[in-house]
Amino acid sequence: MATLELRRIEKHYGGVHAVDGIDLQIADGEFLAILGPSGCGKSTTMRMIAGLEPPTHGDILIGGEVVTHLPPRLRNVSMVFQSYALYPHMSVAENIAFPLRVRHVARAAREQKVAWAAGLMGIEKLLQRRPARLSGGEKQKVALARALVRDPTLFVFDEPLSSLDAKVRAMARSELRLLHDRTGITTVYVTHDQIEALGMGDRIAIMEAGRVRQVGTPQELYAHPADTFVASFLGTPPMNLMEREDHIVGFRPEFVHVATGAGGDDGALRIPAKIFELEFLGADWQVYAHVGDGDDTHRILARMDADEVKQLRVGETAELAVRRDHLRYFDKATGRRIEHVGV
Amino acid sequence: MSASETTVGGGRARPGAGDRGGLLGGLMLAPAIVYIIALVGVPFVLAIALSVSNATVGAPGIHGFVGLANFASALHNAAFGFALRNSIIVTLATLIVTIVLAVGESELLAHHFRGKWIWQILIILPWAMPVSLAAVNWLWLLDSQFSPVDWILRQVHLLGPGTLWGPANHMYYYGREWLGLGSITAINVWRLLPLATIIVLAGRTSIPHDIYEQAQVDGAGFFRVLLRITVPALGPILIVVTMFTALMVFGDMTLVAITTHGGPGYTTQLLPYWAFVQGIEGGALSQGAAVALFMFPILLAAAIFALRLAFRSANQ
Amino acid sequence: MAVIRKILRRIGFWLGMAFFALFAVFPIVWMLISTFKQDGDLYNAANNPFLFNLPPTLKNITFLFTGTNYPTFLLNSLVIGVLVVIITLLLSVPAAYSLSRLVGRWGERSSIAIFFVYLIPPTLLFIPLFQVISAIDAANTIWALVLVYPTITVPFCTWLLLGFFKSMPREMEEAALIDGCSRWQAFLRIALPMAWPGIGTCIVFAFALPLSDYIYAATFVSSTSAMTISSGVPTELIRGDVYYWQSLMAAAAIVTIPLAIAYGLLFGKLVRGFQTEPASGV
Repeated sequence: MATLELRRIEKHYGGVHAVDGIDLQIADGEFLAILGPSGCGKSTTMRMIAGLEPPTHGDILIGGEVVTHLPPRLRNVSMVFQSYALYPHMSVAENIAFPLRVRHVARAAREQKVAWAAGLMGIEKLLQRRPARLSGGEKQKVALARALVRDPTLFVFDEPLSSLDAKVRAMARSELRLLHDRTGITTVYVTHDQIEALGMGDRIAIMEAGRVRQVGTPQELYAHPADTFVASFLGTPPMNLMEREDHIVGFRPEFVHVATGAGGDDGALRIPAKIFELEFLGADWQVYAHVGDGDDTHRILARMDADEVKQLRVGETAELAVRRDHLRYFDKATGRRIEHVGV
Repeated sequence: MSASETTVGGGRARPGAGDRGGLLGGLMLAPAIVYIIALVGVPFVLAIALSVSNATVGAPGIHGFVGLANFASALHNAAFGFALRNSIIVTLATLIVTIVLAVGESELLAHHFRGKWIWQILIILPWAMPVSLAAVNWLWLLDSQFSPVDWILRQVHLLGPGTLWGPANHMYYYGREWLGLGSITAINVWRLLPLATIIVLAGRTSIPHDIYEQAQVDGAGFFRVLLRITVPALGPILIVVTMFTALMVFGDMTLVAITTHGGPGYTTQLLPYWAFVQGIEGGALSQGAAVALFMFPILLAAAIFALRLAFRSANQ
Repeated sequence: MAVIRKILRRIGFWLGMAFFALFAVFPIVWMLISTFKQDGDLYNAANNPFLFNLPPTLKNITFLFTGTNYPTFLLNSLVIGVLVVIITLLLSVPAAYSLSRLVGRWGERSSIAIFFVYLIPPTLLFIPLFQVISAIDAANTIWALVLVYPTITVPFCTWLLLGFFKSMPREMEEAALIDGCSRWQAFLRIALPMAWPGIGTCIVFAFALPLSDYIYAATFVSSTSAMTISSGVPTELIRGDVYYWQSLMAAAAIVTIPLAIAYGLLFGKLVRGFQTEPASGV
């Protein structure tokens, strides 16, 4: 079973706690995305999983075996680096064959595996080239082939799409996910891009300042964020957060509508807001509005379709509403989610 | 696919010395450290010990402790006075001329032009030439009888009866005090210019291009650009080149050994050669060590000073 | 007007280049000419030294190889050069790698300390070194020089390679670790091949040093059979008051020209090497 477990993992550099106590369980064959802003500790965590750095405290288990102090070569983990880390002095074929050579796999078996991996990634034509003469997308495929060639227990990806053009990225995303589905290898995917995480992960672990804020499926994290950080990190544009006297209320832009009918006891949140910009995005519109006045002005974003937007005018005040079940409440002091607030 | 499959086909199944970074690092570093300690560290300490002993080649043991007697007798020696004075003069003179020329030369070499590689080979020749062979070359070039330089001077009527530098037909470069020192300076400039140029060029090419383009737009002429922009920007690298050049000149004994031999008398002596003459040729090891050690504080101070300045300006 | 300025600039540029090239090359060109001169031509103060007033001859070069110990010097320099290269690489390549990767922050910052060791001039240490060499009975043999020259080449090459390894991204070696290498194997199979250019420079430097050094050669070796070109040529080709000038010049030219070509081709590399100044070796 290729499960991965992190128990109370910590990493200290001098006085700095880069990773400050992480517990994670990843099931066999799962695709887990570790998401977070730069500096949150996700890369450090990933390096500890791969064995490139030892944790200061805690244990790492792969397939139930404790591997915490094993060197990378004994963990059967494959890693794809952000820069792909292809060996410049070797051809593509030699790059792919390298993990097998190091393990003294016989030549015949080696060549067969290299051909298989190259075929899987569709790079048979590139086998004799040097890395310097490959495009970004091609390099990624070579890196993947090299990672696949020895049937690893665990796959670790370090922001592998960030060096690709935006156009290529979308394709690469789905290809990577497909690859995972075909091979069924347990995967840890580190990224700062929430679109990647939301789109690819079976589950997402969001990290900030060395800790895991929440773990769950993309839908769970999106709809039920555990705190204000998660709420504002996921979603483009992020969740609107408004301060009240003793709590914070949050709601996603796509659930903000122009109020219909008179008020009522439906528990919906009604917001008088002054519209200051209407931005055409093609499929829909983005509405920028100001709530409150004077020093207390707060900006709200809304997503509306063309029909709804017709009712709004820039410079005028309109009443916006959010249904009760789309409201989320957070504690003002800690930012953590609270269930109910007396309306 | 479990972890144990990795050990199929060989390779260590357990973490070994090759995995432990610290241990491996120590093992890889140790030979060099042992060697340096044995052949640089120990001799350094020995140099100090020697200078306060009465060792000679005949009786090389460090037995008798004579305190600062060696340093005292070195200072009282007339030759030492000349050596110290000349070392400083030659070093300073070489530095000034070399650096000025190097700035000019690097200015030219900063441009790209076809066939540059040929010029590079020509320009680097003096430095590529082994010092002793260069000395021999210049020994003949400035020979008291057959010097081609003298011949040229005679042709343009600067030498010979009834001329500016006459009436003799020859200059006797190595047989006179100041001409000898000047010749040694000239040879030093000649052989160190390539190195100095390379160093200045390194600093020059890291000056951003935009500054020059801006100057061009502003209409600045060649010398204004040179003095107002290039030289100030070269500040830190000029320190590096000064340090290198000074070290090479100050510590060199080859030129004197082969050309003037310190003469006439002791008037063209230099510190390192004087140490050699006393210690190795003369057999008074302790005396030689004392003289050599005189150089050390100056060298150390200069190196520290230079590095500090370079540090500070690099951090700005 | 601008065109005239441009032309003037060009002329100025080439005049400048010509001046510097001439300054550098003049003694050597003349040295080459002298090599082929007959005695009657050379030892005539009235003759133009830059022309062949008598026909050129190969006699001097022949004499150099048949009538002097020059071949011995060449051989010694070659042997010493090769041995010093081997010792230097064996000591400094692992040391540089270790400092850059394996021993933590202080290792990376030790550039300056290493460079300091390189800056210690031979004339400071040659007397106590003489004692050490005599004590182990190596004086007057080529082994003295083989043992001593690395004191100069090892610090320099370690410093050079340290800069090299530091600028190599760690990812390749980390990928190698993950692919199944131990740290030692990652060094051998990945880091080392990638450091080839730096190692090449070290080889040139380590080989050239025994060729050019005079101080140690003159200090440790006084018997002809163990001399190098650098110390042998000035001493052996001057017999009493008789200077075999043409052969001396030939001896110098034979060594200088290949060295100059090697250095000249490395010119760009040398410049780049100084762009990471010792002070910025942090």
